[in-house]
Amino acid sequence: MSVAALFALVAVGIVGWWLFARQLTAKPWEKRQIESDNASGGAALALPAARVGLWLLLAVMTSFFGLLISAYGMRMELADWRPLAVPDLLWANTAMLLASSAAFQWTRWAVARGHAEGVAAGLVLSGLFAFAFLAGQVLAWQQLHASGQFLASNAAAAFFYLLTGLHGLHLAGGLAVWGRTTARIWRIRARLEDVRLSIELCALYWHFLLAVWLVLFAVLMSGTSLTSAFLDICSAIVKAL
Amino acid sequence: MAYVAIADRDVHLHDPQTFVTKYIWSQDHKVIAIQYSVTAIAVGLVALVLSGMMRLQLGFPNTFSFITPSNYLQFITMHGMIMVIYLLTALFLGGFGNYLVPLMVGARDMVFPYMNMLSYRVYLLSVLVLRASCVVPGGPTGAGWTLYPPQAVLPGTSGAGLGIILMLVSLAIFIVAFTMGGLNYVTTILQARCRGMTLLRLPLTVWGIFMATILGLLAFPALLVSAIMMILDSVLGTSFFMPAVVSMGKGLKYDGGSPVLFQHLFWFFGHPEVYIVALPAFGIVSDLLSVHARKNIFGYRMMVWAILAIGCLSFVVWAHHMYVSGMNPYFGYFFATTTLIIAIPTAIKVYNWVLTLWHGDIHLRVPMLFAIGFIFTFVHGGLTGLFLGNVTVDLPLSDTYFVVGHFHMVMGVSPILVVFGAIYHWYPKITGRMLNEALGKLHFWATFLGAYAVYLPMHYLGILGVPRRYYALGDTAFIPNSVHDVNVAITVAALVIAAAQLVFLFNLVWSLAHGREAGSNPWGATTLEWQTPDTPPKHGNWGARLPVAYRWAYEFSVPGARSDFIPQNEPPEAPGGREHGAKP
Repeated sequence: MSVAALFALVAVGIVGWWLFARQLTAKPWEKRQIESDNASGGAALALPAARVGLWLLLAVMTSFFGLLISAYGMRMELADWRPLAVPDLLWANTAMLLASSAAFQWTRWAVARGHAEGVAAGLVLSGLFAFAFLAGQVLAWQQLHASGQFLASNAAAAFFYLLTGLHGLHLAGGLAVWGRTTARIWRIRARLEDVRLSIELCALYWHFLLAVWLVLFAVLMSGTSLTSAFLDICSAIVKAL
Repeated sequence: MAYVAIADRDVHLHDPQTFVTKYIWSQDHKVIAIQYSVTAIAVGLVALVLSGMMRLQLGFPNTFSFITPSNYLQFITMHGMIMVIYLLTALFLGGFGNYLVPLMVGARDMVFPYMNMLSYRVYLLSVLVLRASCVVPGGPTGAGWTLYPPQAVLPGTSGAGLGIILMLVSLAIFIVAFTMGGLNYVTTILQARCRGMTLLRLPLTVWGIFMATILGLLAFPALLVSAIMMILDSVLGTSFFMPAVVSMGKGLKYDGGSPVLFQHLFWFFGHPEVYIVALPAFGIVSDLLSVHARKNIFGYRMMVWAILAIGCLSFVVWAHHMYVSGMNPYFGYFFATTTLIIAIPTAIKVYNWVLTLWHGDIHLRVPMLFAIGFIFTFVHGGLTGLFLGNVTVDLPLSDTYFVVGHFHMVMGVSPILVVFGAIYHWYPKITGRMLNEALGKLHFWATFLGAYAVYLPMHYLGILGVPRRYYALGDTAFIPNSVHDVNVAITVAALVIAAAQLVFLFNLVWSLAHGREAGSNPWGATTLEWQTPDTPPKHGNWGARLPVAYRWAYEFSVPGARSDFIPQNEPPEAPGGREHGAKP
């Protein structure tokens, strides 16, 4: 919970700070301020509304997954916690998701370069890798199920299905948008400018879900305590440096 | 940063063509706001009737055979859940947020109109699912509005099967609806302000809605997570929240879950929820006081900062709802401290409201009566909150009527008074006609005095130790007979208040056709929604050209000005003319 509280504070803090640094100290009734406000015209972010909306959605999703991880961490501290041996297949799936995210980034660059064939190919590749990831996750579920672990069998298994399932659902939602964008390119030969924003936002969403997955993967493999796992990772990094 | 006129771009304005696109599947923020409000008020009336039934049982036990103990608990649960989430949250953000945000920031509509429409449809679905839970076998859940496991999913609690599942599904659907709406409100406030509308020129109503929406966006996921996990516990037999339980003589399949984990998740949502309801009320009441006292709001910047501070602090006080769950004393100490700290920005707001009235030209019109009534009830509920924020005071009082009195005063009566004030205030803009003044005053005095008649005695009951949530008190040594007399009195007062709401509903409907013509700006208000070319505003709000803001929202009684208010969109006079910009 404290992780989630911290996140919420930081998120609200960033919004507050951003506003504060910009204009929250102004005195809107003073003559000088009135003149400067009227001269400058006002202030909106120089961003498309859809991009602001997506960033907000990512904040909501961070809160969502942060709370799930908090719940996981609190459940781990109880005495009867038995860690789960996660299927090795997850490493391959992680590679698929990485490839998907990379392909999306490449597509984004292709849009910037105006390289239409590259965009089409990149989109298809990122979609295929994403589907491969989802299929891999389902396969991992089946392996786990075959080894006798299902939702109700123990707490770690329940959390495994819950976390991977919810992450997969979010990726599937992204794939729906991906499908629409791809269809527009293939069927009606939309101009690149028309799909540019859509591709940029998809890429952002993909990177975000990749980051969420990497954190979830680390959490799922963290044995018996989130804190000690986190400290292990930190000390490993320090040693590597 | 450069001004980007998103609001002014020549976008397709989804103009309504037929009756269906105009009123049923409308993407116009004003129609959606009215849809939200009507739905919320309709479902709120159900919750009002439920509270009347509860009061009948408490005032006259052993009289009404149709109220059984499990009915009573179902009434409590549905009453609490509907009032907090499906009425107040939906009405303040889906209703007032939708109507006022685009108008007050000078936009033609929300930035994502289609998603806005979807948001209402999904909200309606969540209400229908909630209503469906009342007719399934076993009836709605009787777990209390906090839905604590393990009892919420165990047989023996009414609605333990389908009832609780539908309740949780309905909440999950509501959260999806809220998120779609919330992304809209925040993005619209950030990106679609008209030229000249800087952040500190926004009316406090918009600030309150802005911060409340951010709180909702970050806090509702906690409720979603707990709802998903409890659905899995209930349907698929996982043990996220369910410990090993022996129920009715036999051991259940559950093992090792943590009920306290649910409480943490629930209150991580639940406390910000208090401010999701309170912050829009704070904002709206600030504007009502300022307009009807013909005076700029005292300490505008401090009011904005207080809203932001309250928003941040509301995420670190949740465990003060859990003192009785048995926690490490240091943990309780931390949460008591943060709880008391949040009183500071809140008190700043109260002082500023009172100081706004000081030497004001106070017009005691109906919206103003409700706004001033709010100050009373809010101070009252806020002060008892200071008592309950302390662990040692909370422990003995937690399960008594003191808490019922406290939270109804602070987040029941207070926001509802603001809702009424806001409806009396903006009804002329929404419909073009005034609400009847005499009926409005009757409504106010009955509601305001009635609220005190109901909730003030509850504090004394609580100090006597009268437990809450009980179907009947029975013969208990520490409960004197006078408690029963008080309960009768409270019930009578509650029924009178409920009847007074019929006056209000009649007024709403009657004035649609018979109210006095309002004109475009009956209160002499400065904010942009009163400066629209048409009343009620037409689709697209502003006619051919968007407004431009030239000043902040509180130019009342400016010395030397022609009238006692200067609208936000009135250009400054040419150099040499009288000055409007001077600090009043």
